[in-house]
Amino acid sequence: MSYDIAIIGAGVVGSLIARKLSKYDIKIALIEKCNDVAMGTSKANSAIVHAGFDALPGTLKADLNVKGTKLMGYLCEELGVPFKNIGSLVIAFNEEEMETLTSLLKRGEENNVPGLKIIGQDRLHEMEPNISKRALGALWAKTASIVCPYELTLAAAECAVINGCELYRNFEVSQIDFDNEQFTVKAKTGEEINAKYVINAAGIYSDFIASLIGDESIELVARKGEYLLMDKNLGGVVNHVIFQCPTKMGKGVLVTPTVDGNILTGPSAKDIEGKDDISTTSDELNMVRTYTSYSIPNVKLNSVITSFAGIRAHSTKNDFIIEPSKVNPHFINVAGIESPGLSAAPAIAEYVEEIMLDTMGKLPKKVKWQRTRPEPVRFRELSTVERRELIEKNPAYGQIVCRCETVTEGEIIDACHSTIPALDLDGIKRRTRAGMGRCQSGFCGPKVAEIISRELKEDLLDVTKFGRKSNVVVGKTK
Amino acid sequence: MLKYDLVVVGGGPAGMAAALKAKECGVEKILICERDETLGGILEQCIHTGFGLHYFGEELSGPEYAARFIEQIEQTDIDVKVNTMVLDITTNNDVIAINKDDGLMEISSTAIVLAMGCRERPRGAISIPGTRPAGVMTAGTAQRYANIQGYLAGKEVVILGSGDIGLIMARRMTLEGAKVKMVCELMPYSGGLTRNIVQCLEDFDIPLKLSHTVTQIHGDDRVEGVTISKVDSNLKPIPGTEEYVPCDTLMLSVGLLPENELSRSVGIYLDRITGGAIVDQYRETNHEGVFACGNVLHVHDLVDFVTQESQIAGEGAANYIKGKKAFSDYRIHTKGVNGVRYVVPQRICIDDSDQPVKLYFRVGQVFTNATVKVTRNGNVIYAKKKRKLAPGEMENIIIKPEDLQEFSEGDYLYIEVEG
Repeated sequence: MSYDIAIIGAGVVGSLIARKLSKYDIKIALIEKCNDVAMGTSKANSAIVHAGFDALPGTLKADLNVKGTKLMGYLCEELGVPFKNIGSLVIAFNEEEMETLTSLLKRGEENNVPGLKIIGQDRLHEMEPNISKRALGALWAKTASIVCPYELTLAAAECAVINGCELYRNFEVSQIDFDNEQFTVKAKTGEEINAKYVINAAGIYSDFIASLIGDESIELVARKGEYLLMDKNLGGVVNHVIFQCPTKMGKGVLVTPTVDGNILTGPSAKDIEGKDDISTTSDELNMVRTYTSYSIPNVKLNSVITSFAGIRAHSTKNDFIIEPSKVNPHFINVAGIESPGLSAAPAIAEYVEEIMLDTMGKLPKKVKWQRTRPEPVRFRELSTVERRELIEKNPAYGQIVCRCETVTEGEIIDACHSTIPALDLDGIKRRTRAGMGRCQSGFCGPKVAEIISRELKEDLLDVTKFGRKSNVVVGKTK
Repeated sequence: MLKYDLVVVGGGPAGMAAALKAKECGVEKILICERDETLGGILEQCIHTGFGLHYFGEELSGPEYAARFIEQIEQTDIDVKVNTMVLDITTNNDVIAINKDDGLMEISSTAIVLAMGCRERPRGAISIPGTRPAGVMTAGTAQRYANIQGYLAGKEVVILGSGDIGLIMARRMTLEGAKVKMVCELMPYSGGLTRNIVQCLEDFDIPLKLSHTVTQIHGDDRVEGVTISKVDSNLKPIPGTEEYVPCDTLMLSVGLLPENELSRSVGIYLDRITGGAIVDQYRETNHEGVFACGNVLHVHDLVDFVTQESQIAGEGAANYIKGKKAFSDYRIHTKGVNGVRYVVPQRICIDDSDQPVKLYFRVGQVFTNATVKVTRNGNVIYAKKKRKLAPGEMENIIIKPEDLQEFSEGDYLYIEVEG
C-alpha cells in the first residue's frame, strides 16, 4: 500500500497527529507494533494535564505544555473523553520548599501559565483536609487537570480512522528504506507499506526508528516510573493533584484522583537498561508508599488494587525533539516526549501539522472532516431513566458482566465492533472498564473472554490478554 | 413498581436457605435476584465433593448440594430472577435491579436479605512485584475456566496461598494433567481445612512450602516463572532465599473478601475484621429490615454453616415482616480477644427470646490443647477445652438464654482462647 504519510506509533502523540492530519485530503497510515493503540507510555503514566510551570522557559516543553493544556479541555469534550479540571497543588514542607514554590510561580508566569497562586497553610488544609499537617503551603495551579490518557489516544485514533486513516496493528517496524521518492517501511513479519513522509512517534523506540534511516542523533534514556492504583472507596481523600516539590529526576511522587474516581500515586523514577522492562519492584513501590504517606499520612495503603510501571522516554537533550531529521527532511522526528508529553500532545499535533505544511507545501482539505467519534455508552454514568430506556432499546445493556465497575454485556459487544475494535481482554478493559475494578477481572475475566470469543469468532484458546502469546487459557479440559 | 415482602440478593447457598426459611415461616411474596445464569452461586463450579457432611450427613458435590435447595425452591412460589443484578438499595428498602428481560426494575420490599457472597483477593491487593503477563489469576477464576467453560488455565502451575480453593485447584489441575509444582503459604500454617491438605496435596505429592511467598513474577506475554522466597517471623522475605521456579501460571488463593459494595452504599456498618456487616443474633444489620448472611457476612469454611446461618437470617426477616418481633434496642456487644480474631454476631439483642445464641468465631493463630472461654464482667460463663484451633476452621459456641440476662445495655461479652 502507498501512503502520503506513515506515522509510526499509535500512542497519544501519534494518534493525535493522525487525527490532526486526517483533515487533509491525503492518505495516512498509523502504524502500531502492539495489538492495540495506547500500549506504551500512553497507558501507563500519571494521567495529569500539567499547568506548565515545571519546564524551563524557552523550551519546547514549556511552550507546548501551556498550549496543550489550553487545548485539552475542549479536545476532550469534542472526542467524548473523560476530563476533569481539578487543579493541582505543589506542597511545601519547610521554608526552603516554600522558596521553591516562589521560583516555580515565577517560572510559571514566564511560561505564561494562567491561574497560579501561592496559598498558606490554612487555605491548603481547608482545600485538602487530609493533607499532612506539616505542609506549610502550596502552589495552586487552577488549570491543571486529569484525563484518561488511553481513552484520549483511542478516541483520537478512532477519529483519524473515521476520516480515512488506516491503522496497522501488530506491525513492528524493523527496516526503513528510501528510494529518493518514498520510504518503504517494513515490519518484522515481512509486511510492508510505502509512504512519501514518515513521522516518527515511536515513543521510547523513536531513537531506534530514527536509526533505521541512519539518523543517530536521538539519545533516549528509559526512565521507569512505578505506580499504585487504589480502590474507589478511597475516592475523595484528595480533591486536587497533589505534588511534592520537584527533584532533578522529575516532579516527585504525586497523589491524585483519576477521572474514574480511583486514587493514583507515583511515579518512582529510575533509569533502566533496555526499553521493555515494565516490571514493578518492591523497592520502588515501597518508595511510592513512603512518599505517599508523607503527603497524605492517613491514606489507607492496603486499598491498592493494582500496581504498574511505565517508561518515560527521557531525551539527553532535556527537551522534546520535534523536527525533520537532518538525514532526511521527509522523515520527521517526534521524540523524547516525556512529561509533560500528555499535556502537550494536542499542541504537539498542531506543531507537527505546521511542520508538515512547511515540508509538503499547501495541502488540500477534505470537504467533510469528522471532528469526533461515536462516544461509547457508559452505563455506570447513566441515570435510572436513561438506563431503563437503553435496556428497552437493547437488552444486552441489561446484563451486568463486570460487577465492580457496572459494565454491561452491551458495552463489551460494542467494544468488539467499534471503529478500532478491541481484540483482547486488556483492550476491552481500557474501552469499557470491565476488569478495571477491585476484583481485577477475577469474576468477569472468563465471561469477557467468552464474549470476545463469540463476537470475534475465535476459539477461546486464541483469546489473549494483550495480543502476541498472552493467551488466557492453554488447553481444554479432558 | 413490583412489590415483595422479602427480596433476597443472591441465589447461592445463603440466599436460597434464607428464602426457604422465610417461606417456611409464612412469608408470602419472596423474590431471589441472582446475577449468574442459574441459582447455586459458586457451588456450581465446585464439582469436588465434601459438601453437606454436617447438614445432610452425606458427602455431596457443590452442584449436588445446590440442587437440593434449588429443587425445594422450585416447589414453592418463591420468584427467582436469574441474570439479574441488584444495582442499588434505597433507604426505605426499595431495590433497583436489572436484567435483559425485565429491563430496569424498581422493587419495593419490606425486608431484604443480603447474600452476595465473597470474592477473591486479587494480585494487586498483595502487591506482588514483577511483570504483568497473562497467566496470573485467582484460583476461583481458574476453577470457572475448568469446570464451567472446559478450559485449562495452565500446564505448569505455582499456587500462592493455601486457602481451600487453592488446595482444591491443586488437585483439579493435577487431575487434568497439569503439573502443580508447589503451594506457597506466607504463614507458618495453612489457611485451608486439614482434610483438603491431605486429600489435595499430600495424596498427590504436591509440596506445601510454609513461610514462603512469591516475590517476583517473570514473563512478558505469558508467565514464564516466579521467584519464591522464604519469609521471616515478621512475614518479610529473607534475602538470599530466592528460588526461581519456571511455570506458566501463578494461581492465587490468598483470601476471600465479603462483597459489600451494596451494603456500604446503603450505609450499613461493616466490621473491620470480617469485612461484613455488623449484625445481631437474627443477622439484622443497623439498617432496619436489612439482614445479611453467608459469605457476605463473614467468610465461612463450610457451606453447611452458611446454610444454618442463612436460616437464622431468613427467620429473622420473616419475624420482622410479620411484625412479630419487636427487635430490642437493648443490645450487648460480643468481642474476640486473646487470640480470637472475630465473633459473629457482633451484637446480641436482649429480648424475651428463650432461644440460645450461637456465636461463630475464628482464631488468629494455631492453638493446641487450649480452652475457649466466654466471660462477662470478669465472670466465666462458658469454658471448653479444644484439642486444636486453627484460623482455617470456623468455631462456634452456644450461649444459653439464661446467661444473657442480667446484662446492662452496651456490656461486652468477651470470647478468648487460653493456653
